[in-house]
Amino acid sequence: MASIHNHSGGTGHASNGAQRRAPEWADGLKQLYDSVVEEDLPDSFKDLLDQLDSSDAARSSNDNGTAMQSPDGRR
Amino acid sequence: MSDEGQRANSPGSSLSASDKADFKRSLTDVVPHLRAFARGLCGRPDMADDLVQETMLKAWAAQDRFEPGTSMRAWTFVILRNAYLTDMRRNRFRGEYDEGVAERILTAPAGQEEPIHLSDLHRALLTLPAERREALLLVGAGGFSYEEAAQICGCAVGTIKSRVGRARAALTEMLAQGNIPRRSTADDIAHRAILEELDMVAAGNGVSSRP
Repeated sequence: MASIHNHSGGTGHASNGAQRRAPEWADGLKQLYDSVVEEDLPDSFKDLLDQLDSSDAARSSNDNGTAMQSPDGRR
Repeated sequence: MSDEGQRANSPGSSLSASDKADFKRSLTDVVPHLRAFARGLCGRPDMADDLVQETMLKAWAAQDRFEPGTSMRAWTFVILRNAYLTDMRRNRFRGEYDEGVAERILTAPAGQEEPIHLSDLHRALLTLPAERREALLLVGAGGFSYEEAAQICGCAVGTIKSRVGRARAALTEMLAQGNIPRRSTADDIAHRAILEELDMVAAGNGVSSRP
């Protein structure tokens, strides 16, 4: 575990140190994460939310929510 | 175990319409983050998205347990990780990685060292035991504090710190030596770690249903 030799980035003592500086690849983790966050959201997710919303509205009809279309019956 | 998913249609009886609208908006906002976290956990985009949809259903069903003003991202991440662990136990994920990750270069070292590519990092990440992988994802990619990550994982802050430290050390070593398993070789280890963790969750040490 502590046998990292060829790094200049201060990763020399890789003991249990969660406090030590992030290694040089650390930015890549953010890149991986952010690249997904920034993807266009597939329609299936919005569809799911709308479906949940309208099935709620159908259940509690006196609880008139905001902009809800009538349920489309394919729930 | 939570059975919120089964009763996805009776949530929020005590919530006002504007609470519900707020909830829907916050949940919508957090979906891209759920996708990113899920992708990091299980690698394959299609499986990750299935996991996110499952999470959304469960979150919706449990919406009156969400405390307005608290972090929707943290709350849904708890649901997502528990769903992931459950699916993992059913062997749905095999730690496959995403072939689509760009071959982007992360480091340009001097000398004859090979540069590190984003895809190397992704592959290396997926060889980590799941508990370390998720700790590193939460802190190193999701930007959660150690305290928040500990809450999400239902463990002590010190445990998170040590998991992150070990994950970093393992990745650094793999990347420095260019010694990254092609795929799935760490499955048995990861799987065992997950099963142990699941037992803890089952024993009530998880935070899946905090009030």
